[in-house]
Amino acid sequence: MSLIDLLIISPLIIPLFTGIVCMLGIAIRPTSRKIQHALSFTGSAIILITSIFLLSKVITSGIQVVQIGSWPMPFGITLVADQFSTIMVLISAIIGLTGVIYSLASINPEREKFGYYPVLFFLLLGINGAFLTGDLFNLYVWFEVMLMSSFVLMGIGQSPIQTSGSIKYVTINLFSSAIFLTALGILYGLIGTLNMADLAVKFSQVRGNPSVNGIITLVSALFLICFGIKAAVFPLFFWLPDSYYNPPPAISAIFAGLLTKVGVYALIRTFTLIFPLNQSPLQTIVIWIAGLTMIIGVLGAVAQNEVRRILSFHIISQIGYMVMGLAIFSPLALAGSVFYIFHHVMVKTNLFFISGVIERMGGTGELKKLGGFYNHLPYLAIFFIISAFSLAGLPPLSGFFAKLILLQSGIFVQSFWLVTVALFVSFLTLYSMTKIWAQVFWKPTSLDIDDKGENIQHKIKYTSPSNLQLWLTPIFLLSMITLLMGIGSGILFPFASFTGEELFNPTNYIEAVFRSGQ
Amino acid sequence: MVIVFAVVIGVLYGAAINLMIRRSLVKLLIGLVLLSHATNLLIFTAAGLTQGNAPVIDPDAVSLSGAVADPLPQALILTSIVISLGVTAFALALSARMYKATGSDDLDRINMVNK
Repeated sequence: MSLIDLLIISPLIIPLFTGIVCMLGIAIRPTSRKIQHALSFTGSAIILITSIFLLSKVITSGIQVVQIGSWPMPFGITLVADQFSTIMVLISAIIGLTGVIYSLASINPEREKFGYYPVLFFLLLGINGAFLTGDLFNLYVWFEVMLMSSFVLMGIGQSPIQTSGSIKYVTINLFSSAIFLTALGILYGLIGTLNMADLAVKFSQVRGNPSVNGIITLVSALFLICFGIKAAVFPLFFWLPDSYYNPPPAISAIFAGLLTKVGVYALIRTFTLIFPLNQSPLQTIVIWIAGLTMIIGVLGAVAQNEVRRILSFHIISQIGYMVMGLAIFSPLALAGSVFYIFHHVMVKTNLFFISGVIERMGGTGELKKLGGFYNHLPYLAIFFIISAFSLAGLPPLSGFFAKLILLQSGIFVQSFWLVTVALFVSFLTLYSMTKIWAQVFWKPTSLDIDDKGENIQHKIKYTSPSNLQLWLTPIFLLSMITLLMGIGSGILFPFASFTGEELFNPTNYIEAVFRSGQ
Repeated sequence: MVIVFAVVIGVLYGAAINLMIRRSLVKLLIGLVLLSHATNLLIFTAAGLTQGNAPVIDPDAVSLSGAVADPLPQALILTSIVISLGVTAFALALSARMYKATGSDDLDRINMVNK
C-alpha cells in the first residue's frame, strides 16, 4: 500500500481510530474530561490536515483511486477521491474541527460520559465514507454508519419527552434505507454490478433499449426518493425541523451542516455518473422539486418565531438551490452546486453555532423573549450579520457568488421561472434574517403581547458562560471562511468549474477507476 | 417460483406500510422489521433464484454464466440483516424509553405531551 493509498483512506482511518481511543479513554478514566477533549481535538485537527493534503494531491495529479484489499475492480471495495468527493471530505473535516471545538465549550459532562466524542467521530467516519466510496452498496453501509451515530448523538442525554423528534427521524431514515436497498436489489438483478463506474459503463450500453428503459426509470426514481428523504427536499422534508430543533446546539449545528449534504452529494453523484439526468425523464421532476423546495422551505421559515426553527426551515430552502444546480445540469450549474454546498455548510453551521450562544446566554431561542443582544455582545452581532447576509446572498460574501453562478447557468438554459423563484426566495431569506437581527440583536428590550393584548416585558438577563472565548472561536473561524470565500471567489471559481466539468462528463472518473482496477 | 416470491414480497411490503401508518409505536416498529425482511427477500429474488448449484465457477471464466448460484446477493443480505438488527434494537430501546416517559404507545398522544 503506497503513501497515496494511505492518504485516501486516512479520512476513514483517523476518525475510526480516534473514536476507538476515545472510547477506551472513557472506559479507563470515566471521570477525566481532559483526555476526551485532547484526543478529540487532536483527532479532528489531523483529519483536517490530511484532507487538505488529499485535496491538493487530487488537484495536482487527478483522480485518485484505491482498491481496498487489492481485489480487482468490480469485485472489491473501491474508494475514489475525485475533486467533488475530496471537497466534500474537506468540508466535513472543517465542520468536524469547529464542531469539536464548539462541543468542548458547550457539551455537558453527562453527555461526554455517555460517549459523545467517540460517537461524533463515528459520525464523521460514516460521512467521509459516503463521500469517498465508489460502490453503491458501500454507500448504503456508510449511510447506516452515519445514521446509527446520528441516532445515538440525538438520543444521548435527552429527556425522554424529547425523544418524539428522534422517533420521527429514526423512522423516516429507516424507511429511506429500505427504499435504497430495494433499489440496489433491483439494480443488481438488472445489471449485475454495484460499482459506480462499472454501472455507468454498463448503463450506457443498455440505455435506449426499450425493454429496460422502464425499469431504469423506476430504479432512478427510487434513488431520487431515498436520497431526497435524506437531503430533505420537497415533499420529503417534514422530519427535519422537528429533529434539528431538540438536540443541543453543537449537535444540531453539525447535523445541519453535514447530514442533509450527504443526501445532496449522493443525489448529485448518482444522477451525474450512473443515471445522467439530462438523459432521464426525471429531469422535469427534479426541476420542479428544486423550485418547490426553495419556496416551501422559505415560506415555512417566515412563519416561525424561534431562532433554530427559522434556521432549520432555511436548510430546506437552501437544499433547493443545490438541487437546482443538478436539475439544470450544465457544467456551470454543477459548479454552482458545488460552490453552493461549500458556502452553505460553512454559513449554516455558523448560524447554528451563533443560535447556540444566544440560547445559552438568553436561556431561550424565542424571538419575542430576546432582545438587546447587540449591546451585550457586539462582535457576535457582527458574526451573525456576516453569516446571515451571506445566506441571503449579498455581495461580497460567499452566498452572492454561489447564487450568481446558479442564476447565470439558469439563464443560459433559459429556465427563467426557476431563476425568478431563486431570486424571490433569496429576498425572503433576507427578510427572515433581518427578522432575527431586529428581534434578537437590535430591539432594546423584549416585547411580547399576552392573551389580553397587553404588553409584557420579559426580564432579559444574559449570563455569559465562563468559557465564552471557546464558544466564539469556531464562530470566528467559520465567519472568516465565509468572508474569504467571498473575497477569494475569483481564485476558487476555477476549481469549482473544473469540478462541474468533471461531474458533467464523468469519463475521467470512469477511466481512473478502471485503470486502477486492472 | 419467482411468482411465489414476488407475491410474498408484495404482501410483506403491503403489511409493512399498513403497520407503519398506524398510530401505535409498536406497530410502527413491527412495520419497520417487516419492511427490511421484504427488502432482503427482494434482493434475493431480483438477483436470480437458482436451485442446487454451488457458487463456484471455472478458474478460466471471467464472469458468472450458466447455472451457478451468485454469492454476492447473499453477502449483501447478510450485511443488511446485521445492520437492521442493530437499528431495530436501537429503535426498540428508544420506544421503550418513550413508553416509560409518557405511559402511552399512541404516537399522537406522545406528540401532544411533547407540545
